Amino acid sequence: MAIVVKRPKLSILEKMYLPGIIKGLWITLSHAINRLRGKSKKVTMQYPEEKWDDQLPEYYRGAPALVTDEQGRERCVSCQLCEFICPPRAIKIIPGEIEKGDTWEKVEKQPATFDIDMIRCIYCGMCEEVCPEQAIYLRKDYVITGESREEMVHDKDKLYEIGGVRVGLVNKWNELK
Amino acid sequence: MVNVQINGTWMQFPKGTRMIEACKEANAEVPHYCYHPKLSSPGNCRMCLVEMGMPPRLAPGQEAEKDEDGHTKISWMPRPAIACANTVANGMGIRTTGPLVEECRKGVMEFLLINHPLDCPICDQAGECRLQEFSVEHGQGESRFLETKVKKPKNVEIGPRIRLDDERCIMCSRCIRFCQEIADDDVLGFTDRGSHTVLTTHPGKQLANDYSLNTADICPVGALTSNDFRFQMRVWFLKETKSLCTSCGRGCNTLIGARENEVHRQTPRENGEVNSTWMCDSGRLNFHYLHSESRLTDPMIKSDSGHRVASWSEAHQLSAACLKACEPNQIAMVASARMTNEELFMAKRLAKELKIELIDVVTRPQDGDDLLVSKDGNPNTNGAMLILGIDEPGSKLNAIKAGIDRGEIKALLCFDENLVKAGLGEAILGKLSFLLSSHLLANSTADLANVVLPSSGFAEKRGSMVNVTGRLQRLNQAIQPPGQVMDGWEVLRDLIQSVTGSNGLYMIEDVFKLMAEDVPAFAGLSLSKIGDEGVSIMDTDEKVTLLERERERVAKGIIVG
Repeated sequence: MAIVVKRPKLSILEKMYLPGIIKGLWITLSHAINRLRGKSKKVTMQYPEEKWDDQLPEYYRGAPALVTDEQGRERCVSCQLCEFICPPRAIKIIPGEIEKGDTWEKVEKQPATFDIDMIRCIYCGMCEEVCPEQAIYLRKDYVITGESREEMVHDKDKLYEIGGVRVGLVNKWNELK
Repeated sequence: MVNVQINGTWMQFPKGTRMIEACKEANAEVPHYCYHPKLSSPGNCRMCLVEMGMPPRLAPGQEAEKDEDGHTKISWMPRPAIACANTVANGMGIRTTGPLVEECRKGVMEFLLINHPLDCPICDQAGECRLQEFSVEHGQGESRFLETKVKKPKNVEIGPRIRLDDERCIMCSRCIRFCQEIADDDVLGFTDRGSHTVLTTHPGKQLANDYSLNTADICPVGALTSNDFRFQMRVWFLKETKSLCTSCGRGCNTLIGARENEVHRQTPRENGEVNSTWMCDSGRLNFHYLHSESRLTDPMIKSDSGHRVASWSEAHQLSAACLKACEPNQIAMVASARMTNEELFMAKRLAKELKIELIDVVTRPQDGDDLLVSKDGNPNTNGAMLILGIDEPGSKLNAIKAGIDRGEIKALLCFDENLVKAGLGEAILGKLSFLLSSHLLANSTADLANVVLPSSGFAEKRGSMVNVTGRLQRLNQAIQPPGQVMDGWEVLRDLIQSVTGSNGLYMIEDVFKLMAEDVPAFAGLSLSKIGDEGVSIMDTDEKVTLLERERERVAKGIIVG
């Protein structure tokens, strides 16, 4: 069924078009004068020298990253649930085994490689939500650049560099376990 | 037959049917851990508790109360009964739902989970774990257990291929019974009592028999896991393809678990006529060569400076020209009993086109065992005999060898066999003016061949094979072959085309159709008619001890089968 769009009835002034332009120019000019007289605040941000970071809300979803705990342990045990849930399939993990004799030998498993393709990542936060080990978090980093596709893939080292240490999380691999 | 009421519906079952099997037939799922149809039922996990009732025992002269359908009214027992070890009786009633049963399952789940570690993220069983599944279905979200969990040995290597995590064990004893009843290697057992019970091997012994990995399959939790598959891939990523094991003549039915063109594991698939639900470790782990470094990925032609990569058409044209230059009696062919029927049939057609008389396959006799490993190391000896018309495999190899030695045979076609290993040494093969060979991996015969064709592995092709008991079974493609590798029958078809110049076949179904017309044993069959479990096409006097023992135990009522 065709939808009939009602066209607004324009007055003669509006049809003339010129008063609208003058009105617009006047607004711009008044802002410029006010700024020069120091009456209005500076609104332009000198990106990238100045950044949004201070104003980002607590729930901001930036680059996903891996975190270590208080004892410097890799929290990720490569269960691959994030790889499974990731809608754009940006995550690729190759699981590895923790060698016998290591301090964290009882955890048995850690990622051998952990790659997130930041060209694919859609910052949805599903990986953070699904992680049973509280190992992956979306940080506030949003400036992800690179000169090649390879550079846009974050490997394990890069992910830990972004993620850093996160304290006060559930520690289920403690002595009582 | 006895009348049994399951969840309000009256059904009929043969006498002696286990309650759990009756419920399964009535589509009423009964969760269970210790019960396995191929093993005895100790009834120790208590997960299959159901509500059960019988017609009341009447006092003298009392009339039985009937319901509207004419069945005697059931008087329900106030306590639950296990469904796995009890058999049905006439007039019995079973309820697999209701407050009593649900309360029981919830209670059992809570007990099982008391000491169970929170290992799921690192446990290989996660995703196919019965404890996980039933915990979601019948358990509760939180633990009421305030005390410290019992610590038990973890990550214990109890055998060369198997690893034990005692904290995850729920004491179902399936593995113990498997070792006692199927593998005849009674090395596992429980020690200590109560929450401290641990599964362990007999002191000084290991779970090292050739069937040890079956215990990891039947383990309902992640207590027993495979060293080979350890941390390789989460099971939910695996695409499972129904196929066959091609490591010996038994042809055990398998599921190939692959992800992104890489095979990660092989597990047995149930077939009551071939392998029951088991398979040997050596066959199960025999797939790593598919991803080997020495895999041939392109056709190659020998030049003065060694072999160089060529295109398929170049290799085929060169071969056709060299073969046409020879007289028919100057050419011989060595095929392989590891090839599928379709490949063998195309090889036979090629031989017909070139009028080759001398055709043989290489035999692979081996020791075998009393359970599943066959005395024949080739998976398709019967197929090769049927299709190539060979009466005694391996009998013409010496004639071929002598013919080459005398200079009567100038060209040799060799498919999927290493002739140097089979006794035709470099001195003999060096006398040939043309040697064409196809191989999966680089080897000493390929070094000598004028034209080397890469072949596809068992997980990379479709086709059929006939096992030692004369059962025609089907292989399915699980992964794509590497490089330029093509299906074996397509390579042979193209070779025939290069020789004859005529158009060929385009689908493997058509190859089977032609074969069914040509070979009487396959008459009336097609690839789809073979089905997932295969069809018996010939009688051999081969007996499978494992299956006979199973049938005996079913007859005695020890197992369900």
